[in-house]
Amino acid sequence: MPEGYSPILELQGITKSFGGVEALRGVDFALYPGEIHGLVGENGAGKSTLMKIIAGVHTEFSGRFLIDGQETHFRSARDAHAAGIAMVHQELSVAPDLTVAENVFLGNQPTNRFGLVQWRRMAREAGEQLARFGIDVDPMSRLGDLPIGLQQLIEIARVLFSGARIVILDEPTSALSPPEVERLFMTLRRLREEGTGIVFISHFIEDILRVSDTVTVFRNGRKVAETAASATSKGALIEAMIGRGGEALEHSYTDDLMLPRPSDSSVVLKVDQLSLARSLQDVSFEARAGEVLGIYGFMGCGQQELSRILFGKLKPDSGRLAVDGTPKAFASTAAARRAGVALVPESRRAMLFHQEPVYKNISISILDRISALLLKPTQERDIAKRQVEQLQIRPPVVGLDLGMLSGGNQQKVALAKWLTYPPKLLVLCEPTRGMDVGAKNDVINIVRDLRARGLAIIVLSTEPETVLSLADRILVLKRGAVVREFKNERVSKDRLLEAA
Amino acid sequence: MASSETALAAGHKARGLAPFVRSQMRNIAPFLTLIFLSAFFAFASPSFATLDNLGNILTQVSVTGIIAVGLTFVILCAEIDLSIASIANVTGIAVAYFTLQESYVNIASVPLPGAAAILLSILLCALLGLVNALGLTVIGIPSFIMTLAMMQIAAGISALLVRGQIAYKVPDLIATLGSGSIGGIPWIVIVAAVMLLGGHLVLTYTRFGRYVYMVGGNREAAEYSGLNVKLILGAVMVISAVCSGIGGMLGVAHFGSAQQNEFDTYLLDSIAAVVVGGTSLFGGRGGIGNTIVGLFVLGVLNNGLDHVNIDSFLKILIRGLILLAALIINVYAQRLREKAAE
Repeated sequence: MPEGYSPILELQGITKSFGGVEALRGVDFALYPGEIHGLVGENGAGKSTLMKIIAGVHTEFSGRFLIDGQETHFRSARDAHAAGIAMVHQELSVAPDLTVAENVFLGNQPTNRFGLVQWRRMAREAGEQLARFGIDVDPMSRLGDLPIGLQQLIEIARVLFSGARIVILDEPTSALSPPEVERLFMTLRRLREEGTGIVFISHFIEDILRVSDTVTVFRNGRKVAETAASATSKGALIEAMIGRGGEALEHSYTDDLMLPRPSDSSVVLKVDQLSLARSLQDVSFEARAGEVLGIYGFMGCGQQELSRILFGKLKPDSGRLAVDGTPKAFASTAAARRAGVALVPESRRAMLFHQEPVYKNISISILDRISALLLKPTQERDIAKRQVEQLQIRPPVVGLDLGMLSGGNQQKVALAKWLTYPPKLLVLCEPTRGMDVGAKNDVINIVRDLRARGLAIIVLSTEPETVLSLADRILVLKRGAVVREFKNERVSKDRLLEAA
Repeated sequence: MASSETALAAGHKARGLAPFVRSQMRNIAPFLTLIFLSAFFAFASPSFATLDNLGNILTQVSVTGIIAVGLTFVILCAEIDLSIASIANVTGIAVAYFTLQESYVNIASVPLPGAAAILLSILLCALLGLVNALGLTVIGIPSFIMTLAMMQIAAGISALLVRGQIAYKVPDLIATLGSGSIGGIPWIVIVAAVMLLGGHLVLTYTRFGRYVYMVGGNREAAEYSGLNVKLILGAVMVISAVCSGIGGMLGVAHFGSAQQNEFDTYLLDSIAAVVVGGTSLFGGRGGIGNTIVGLFVLGVLNNGLDHVNIDSFLKILIRGLILLAALIINVYAQRLREKAAE
């Protein structure tokens, strides 16, 4: 940490709550000019909330906020921007149909005195700026034609070169290839020399350690550690993140958990060398009857794409998959369903009909088993009633519009769709995300019951707890490749994080 | 116009009432519009509210009704079919093309037995519908653009078949259904009623009908439920084309001639009937019942304006304004429903 300087940004005792839940509790944070400040913590630890306060997105909070030693209060993101603060969000926010140059200058294209855009000047300056970043592309090419990683670099370049003194990068490396990450780091180091203050948030602790000067660890809305990057290690940071022996977290799986001996029951799904553009590389695994296979990885590690391929929504570039020993190339989700595969995606909205009654939501996937031509509403309702009773869906009224149910109950309906005629393979994405403890336990019990009935189940999650609470065997997915398999051995949250 | 004011007023009133009324807005508003229009014309003209005139209205909306059956399926899926009128036209021309014409008709027709002519014509419209379906589902062209192209293609085939001439003869069965009547009731009204009823039964009581509503309600969810969304979308495009074709054949018989651009007004009329009736442009809401009310609103309006003394050029403007009002109500009803659901 550069001593003797005064911080360009200083936060003191920041507390922020959302509807009674404290997301930040008395956090102090300082950023110095010419410093790269790494930020780590689990999902929901408070990193993003703090950054949104700095970027002027959240304006209601308590605590002191100083820029250059002056107390400041932003009323909007525009104020923050005017004060020289810029943020690169995790999701791409580029205009793919515009040229590279237009994207670099988005919102402030150089114009002549008639207000017309000076294309030649814009192209030249954009080219110069990108060259400083080591990006060699034709500034007049369409941005959407470039690889995703390059698009992300260009978006980062736009923010870095906007003249901001404080730059916040939220998970900038998840879509980048190793040489692209290298180029990004080079540029960050150069900006540091020019005196820019940089906040770098990432799940990839190696990346944080390589580029940061200072690392701050968040846990449960508090700052639990701040240290020089050179004085710490990945293991120490993970320990601080999940808080071994620290505050008692409910059910945090910080202790070791023994995975059972691998099942030798029949192989339901065999996946062989599955690859998809930048998302998946040579992914191979098996899922067996009566077994829950957990697949853990950070956001953007390829889980989503993998689940879509298994259900016939996406087609892989190469690789094979077989269900019950029969090779399959699903032409549609309908084909996957007929082959005995079922998927519950991470977003409830994506698989439920909010304006339709509960029973129609439950029966839609099995309608061809109930009726050949004519609908049989009485039978549909009976089936739905049975599911509502079994899964304890509240309120137990099958004629109610789905939109009237709470989130947890909607999630149960999403599961219920597949349970009357159980599939051979059930793929669950983030099955317990955003649920209260009671609903979580209900879902865990449902999944265990299904396993006992002999289904092969795959649980994909970015939350270690979800995988640990459900899985018999765990694969760790990192940047689209399987990097570790845990089976018949001790596993814990920090070992999972260590591997990812 | 006047009718839209009632409908909007009804919309405002609904805010204070139970959520049920709000959620049913799209069904109530068109019905109120119909009652208001009928009452207005009944007062304005003594010749409007007669049994004879009811018969006229029914006959006048029959062709539109037959075409609108298929279009209801399409709009329920949140798609659109702009080729309906052109496909009706080309199918009507085809059935005449395959029929022996009088010697003075200068068309290179290919006379066939009646049954074969009808079958071939239906095959033709089904084929055009299939092209729409493939363009939409396999290639991924938005239905708005795909059917716009089909509108031109079908018009082009029509032009090539008749080359600016007019044909008069159609197979006997088509002639009877299009222009004959039984017990004082025109066959064309009966055909329209049967097709509307059939469409209603399919949508309400069959598995396919449920799929149509679900695909329209949330296409992504339908796919994640393992439905073959492309197959369902393709099917509704074919259904729409076949309904248009049947409407076209009977229409030709009804008008007594087959020629180019004969059905141009039916594109707007059919879309208007479905939308004025309250079927959601966003898909998943509405049905044949709504389309029937929409047909009557249009029929009463068109017919009623003839009974009162009004500038015939103003009629077009009035119809446009009524359609605009219906669109506003349609979008507004969707919002009300979403609010009620929250």
